[in-house]
Amino acid sequence: MLSARNVAKTYGSVQALKGVNFDVHRGQVTTLFGENGAGKSTLMKILSGVIRPTSGDILLEGHPVSFHSANDARDLGISIIHQELSLAPNMSVRDNIFMGREITTAAGVDYAEEERQTRALMEELEEDIDPLTPVEDLRLGQQQVVEIARALSVNARILIMDEPTSALSASEVEVLFKVIRDLKARGVSIVYISHHLEEALQITDHAVVLRDGTMTARAPRSEIDLEWIVRNMVGENFDLGSPPEGHAIGQVALEIDGLSVPDASATGRSAVDSLSLKLRAGEIVCLYGLMGAGRTEMLECIAGRLPKSGGRVLLEGRELGRASIAERIARGLVLVPEDRQRDGLVQTMSVGENLSLASIGAFTRGLFTSRKREKVLVDASIRDVTIKTDGGQAAIGSLSGGNQQKVVIGKMLATNPRVVMLDEPSRGIDIGAKAEVFRLLAEGAQRGLAVIYSTSEVGECLSIAHRIIVMRRGKISAEFGPDATKEQIMAASGEAVVA
Amino acid sequence: MSNSNIGAIAMTDTGTIHKRARGLFGNGFDLGRLLLEGRAFFALIAIIITFSMLSPFYFSTGNFLIMASHVAIFGLLAVGMMLVILTGGIDLSVGSTLGLAGVVAGFLMQGVSFEAFGVVLYPPVWVVVILTCAVGALVGLVNGVLIAFFKVPAFVATLGLLYVARGVALLMTDGLTYNNLGGKPELGNTGFDWLGFNRVFDVPIGVLVLAAVALGASLLLNRTAFGRWVYSTGGNARAAELSGVPVKRVTVLVYVLSGICAAIAGLVLSSQLTSAGPTAGTTYELTAIAAVVIGGAALTGGRGNIRGTLLGAFVIGFLSDGLVIIGVSSYWQTVFTGA
Repeated sequence: MLSARNVAKTYGSVQALKGVNFDVHRGQVTTLFGENGAGKSTLMKILSGVIRPTSGDILLEGHPVSFHSANDARDLGISIIHQELSLAPNMSVRDNIFMGREITTAAGVDYAEEERQTRALMEELEEDIDPLTPVEDLRLGQQQVVEIARALSVNARILIMDEPTSALSASEVEVLFKVIRDLKARGVSIVYISHHLEEALQITDHAVVLRDGTMTARAPRSEIDLEWIVRNMVGENFDLGSPPEGHAIGQVALEIDGLSVPDASATGRSAVDSLSLKLRAGEIVCLYGLMGAGRTEMLECIAGRLPKSGGRVLLEGRELGRASIAERIARGLVLVPEDRQRDGLVQTMSVGENLSLASIGAFTRGLFTSRKREKVLVDASIRDVTIKTDGGQAAIGSLSGGNQQKVVIGKMLATNPRVVMLDEPSRGIDIGAKAEVFRLLAEGAQRGLAVIYSTSEVGECLSIAHRIIVMRRGKISAEFGPDATKEQIMAASGEAVVA
Repeated sequence: MSNSNIGAIAMTDTGTIHKRARGLFGNGFDLGRLLLEGRAFFALIAIIITFSMLSPFYFSTGNFLIMASHVAIFGLLAVGMMLVILTGGIDLSVGSTLGLAGVVAGFLMQGVSFEAFGVVLYPPVWVVVILTCAVGALVGLVNGVLIAFFKVPAFVATLGLLYVARGVALLMTDGLTYNNLGGKPELGNTGFDWLGFNRVFDVPIGVLVLAAVALGASLLLNRTAFGRWVYSTGGNARAAELSGVPVKRVTVLVYVLSGICAAIAGLVLSSQLTSAGPTAGTTYELTAIAAVVIGGAALTGGRGNIRGTLLGAFVIGFLSDGLVIIGVSSYWQTVFTGA
């Protein structure tokens, strides 16, 4: 019904998609599997008209089409439900469903007609929601239903769902699956993306696997099982190194004792639930878990960004208490944040200014900064973390994603830390840059640095880490050595249970 | 080659323009960048040439110095404003702070009477100056604390202070103006008009004050850790915070500095007029913002420099004074300033 032919997309020097073929079948669910950064979201954005492909064609019922915007695609019956809901919480269900395309008469908006249609949609979806309820009063699962109703109200023939279950409870997932089956029966085609492989297997009719921007496998449901998906998702190992050896593992550098962090989105819940962990100097620990497992919350709490609700954090035996981020950095505890654009880089400043931002004190004498000392520090950083740049004065935007990531890492390493935490250091960078980042971490560990990094790509657990800690719902669900298998790790995270 | 041609080439092929520009102007010269950065400079030159042709009085050293002393007021406000705008905030209260500062100075110059002791104190001028700056700093402190710690949007908080400061100024004077700020020799508080009237090497003191403040602000921004913190806070507050920058303290401080700049401007203005009215400086905040923006700073924060802001202040000041000289009505002046 809808197909993509040889679709490619490049962002600067990064190839997100390399000539992918993809078919959507009428009245069936097609699930797209792949690790983070495999190109799933890029492909979905192309199919829904949010972005345009660099090359390749999109065929709708055999005819080539080109979308100039998401509205074009919507007019042709293709709707997308994004991972983050795009509802206005302060407005009612009715107003959200008709937002931007209100039914108008000569006398203004026809609220009665809108309400009638909303009621009809809700009946169809068998969800007892009053059209006038403000969206913020609904549970997340119900909000998802509203989002689906909005897509259906424009007579969507193809519905793309990007991780629709990541925020839902088990019973809400059941409701969603029932809705999906109803939609299938009405001839609506569904494209489904999920990290919960088992869940997706319950509902899908076809499976397509992406890896590093290429399609590695496709098959109907009857021919596949979990193992098949995992094998094709992860692929052959690219060697990201092995745990560094031959240096002494030292004293406990960082100790986390019963740490709890409250969940920002739901009061009363804990994102991290009385978690304890010890990290030694010279040791590399990998933190694996699904989205929402609490990895980011834990790391940001240790770094001083988020408040804790219980427990203690000790750095080299001394409790950190309520120390500010700056004090923690001064004491040798640094975090390389997950989202380098949002939390890592100051886009308006040069490469050098970004690199020196966390260690301004090191080149300040009295009141004034010394340009000479700063240049020494910046040049050393650029050399140490092998950033490919014209020099410290280059604009940060001129660097590739991998080199930008190295700037963020270099900035934190320039403070001479004892413990470095990295949240998804490999996100959105290509495989070569990944290998270099891991090499940097391994070298750091050999000099006695304690390293903890989080990842959601299982292949990266089995590289330089001495220990692999798997987190699930705010707790440690398993701990492995470097000889663990991918299947064991994924099973412990709740992603897949392979018999 | 006309400018529009260059623009067209730049749009289709940036490589060509670089090569061409290099051929025309020597090595490493980037025409597009120069045009962008020099906007305010070219505007200033255009204004001077235009008015010089329209009026014989415009192009003279004397006139330039007079205009410069007018610019000093806007310039002082704009320097403070720029610090705030660099952090991604805005300070709408500077015009009112200027008015309040003038009134406070006037009030102190009239003498402070302590009825309980039956004495009237006439503080010397330097005490007046320090107390007035403290008032400006206090207004800024309230702004900064509201914004950094109580998460009030900068626009709302400073708009509130705009009314509060103006209201206090009106209350203190019952809407009247303090005249005769000259002081009396027998009371030992003469010299207030020095700021507004005196000249050093023929340059009005107000202009020298602006130069000193601008130089100080420039050093602060370019050569101190605080300056780097200001730029990083405006560029990406989250990244700055995670790099250990005390974002909240920086935010409070820029508003305090902006308040002090406004107070200095208030002192210079009331000294120039030797009177302090509670309505002085109304809408000056908008002029200051305009100067900062003309000077190339981004309202989203993180980009801008003192040189550009001063140019912006001169563009606006020279434009409005030029319009006065050639006799355009004040209503039309408002229109032109906007254009």
